[in-house]
Amino acid sequence: MTMTSDRLGDRQKLSYIAGQAADARVNLELETEGMTLNIGPQHPATHGTLRIIARLDGEQVVWAEPSCGYMHRGYEKLTEVRTYPQVTTLVNRIDWLGSFANEVPFILAAEKLMGVEAPSRAQWIRTILFELSRIANVSLFLGDLGVQLGAITPVFLAFRDREYVLNLIESATGGRFHPNFDRIGGLKDDLPAGFIDETKAVMKKLRNFCDEIEALLFGNEIFQSRTRGIGIIPRDVALQYGLSGANLRASGVDWDLRRDQDNAMAWNKINFKVWTHPDGDSFARCWVRLQETREATLIVDQLLDGIPSGPVMAKVPKIIKVPEGEAWVSTENPLGEMGYYVVSRGDLGPFRVKIRSASFNNISITPWLLRGVYVPDIITILASLYFILGDIDR
Amino acid sequence: MNQLSSTTDTTPPVVVDTARQQLATEIRATLGDAVLDIYIKPGDDIWVRVRTETWREIHQKLRDTLGFNYFSFLSAIDWMPSPYGRGEDDPTEPPPVRDTTIRSGYAGGDTRMQVFARLVSSERRLGVTLKADVADNAPSIESIANVFAGANWHEREAHEMFGIGFIGHPDLRNLYLPVDFEGYPLRKDFPLLARMVKPWPGIVDVEPLPGGAASDDEASA
Repeated sequence: MTMTSDRLGDRQKLSYIAGQAADARVNLELETEGMTLNIGPQHPATHGTLRIIARLDGEQVVWAEPSCGYMHRGYEKLTEVRTYPQVTTLVNRIDWLGSFANEVPFILAAEKLMGVEAPSRAQWIRTILFELSRIANVSLFLGDLGVQLGAITPVFLAFRDREYVLNLIESATGGRFHPNFDRIGGLKDDLPAGFIDETKAVMKKLRNFCDEIEALLFGNEIFQSRTRGIGIIPRDVALQYGLSGANLRASGVDWDLRRDQDNAMAWNKINFKVWTHPDGDSFARCWVRLQETREATLIVDQLLDGIPSGPVMAKVPKIIKVPEGEAWVSTENPLGEMGYYVVSRGDLGPFRVKIRSASFNNISITPWLLRGVYVPDIITILASLYFILGDIDR
Repeated sequence: MNQLSSTTDTTPPVVVDTARQQLATEIRATLGDAVLDIYIKPGDDIWVRVRTETWREIHQKLRDTLGFNYFSFLSAIDWMPSPYGRGEDDPTEPPPVRDTTIRSGYAGGDTRMQVFARLVSSERRLGVTLKADVADNAPSIESIANVFAGANWHEREAHEMFGIGFIGHPDLRNLYLPVDFEGYPLRKDFPLLARMVKPWPGIVDVEPLPGGAASDDEASA
């Protein structure tokens, strides 16, 4: 009896070992050496020419690294051979979807060095145009978000409604994408007749657009399952990497330069809510951006009601020479914190300009964030981080 | 409201910036003799120059002790004025002799190149610009990528653009430039070739019509 049971045990053991060996052999045959996947440089999800090299194990990313520089235009070097008014033309093209917002911090830095302050009407108009470019920029993000997940409709809505905002920007500045409207000491021109009424009507349309997107996309089951709990950035990591804008606020950090910093703009004269989300996942980032777009339309409405009268240009010399010094100014741009560190030598042009763009920091987290995610999630995570290539490469 | 200061004589109104004064004393107390100089512009910003060998250590201290938890950016600056000027010289004239004496900015400096970084404390709602000198020959400094992970890419950029070594950086590959690129583009003695080949329009009043004899040479610009 004992003999048989022993033999049975042996047989069981043997068969177990044999089974293990067979499994191991199968595993060995099936094992991939790891595959390297190239996403981009030309991929619809890359908003330009960001290339992502991902090493995969099956469907999972083991290692990922964005490869930048396909669109590097050397703006930091070019500013050194331009005069101050000429630099605004360059910086317009950093984040090309929200161009006006790029001019503002640079002009503010130059004004700070010169000891000039724009008249309050100019400050209010600047803030209005700043928020309009935020709406134009982020509304395209909201439409584009659907495309990354296979929903085509939102992008048509976004392009339709962004056009209203671009028309407003064009009516005031003459440029749809690159206004180049800011001057040191104020603005090129006052607002055109009828701008206020028209803007109010458009803001109403944009609020409808936000509601539409919220109903169409954010309530969608597929959208939720593809973004909730995916690409989580904890609060401390977000701060360490210097993330900014909605990416930071979606990780639960209550930090908005419009409220937390004193710039010569009109934000501190109105009331608005800074939206945050505790989750830190892709959904949170998208959700915060949606709320911010709606909030921006309310900000514009308030600004239009309170806009003071007066000149739009301070007294500045024809030829602008900026006294020696260093200045750092950053603002809460559509993509996040955008700042310029301007060093002047009392010359016609800056001595050195360090451009701190939001997307550079925002995208530098991807090697950490993409590790371990599945291939389809790469696209949604990148889309939710929201970057503009010109803002990374500068 | 719209006061315009003259370029030479700046007499700013006396502003007492208690928050930044307070911060300066705290920084001196925490960092001790690692601090070489502190410069405060009231109501604007605070600049702190530190000893090069303490660069990583002071970032750690500022983060852990003084609550500077947000990393904004890191970059470098070359204080030598460019020997090529602004590329606006008349090409028919011999190039003018330019003054290339090195003058440092706020909080001083002893070397041609400096590394500077900006940290922000979200609780104090204040930022600080930190500077450190790097040696003229073989400039290098300790990496802060293991204190602030976000510094990783900024250091890679400063490395390729200024040729500054970051000791202890995990992966100092080029971020933007091709692997075989020679030179450090953001150094002042690196010529901006586009300007060298074709002078900035505006120097010459009348440009030749396209298709003329001169246009072939300019095609490469």
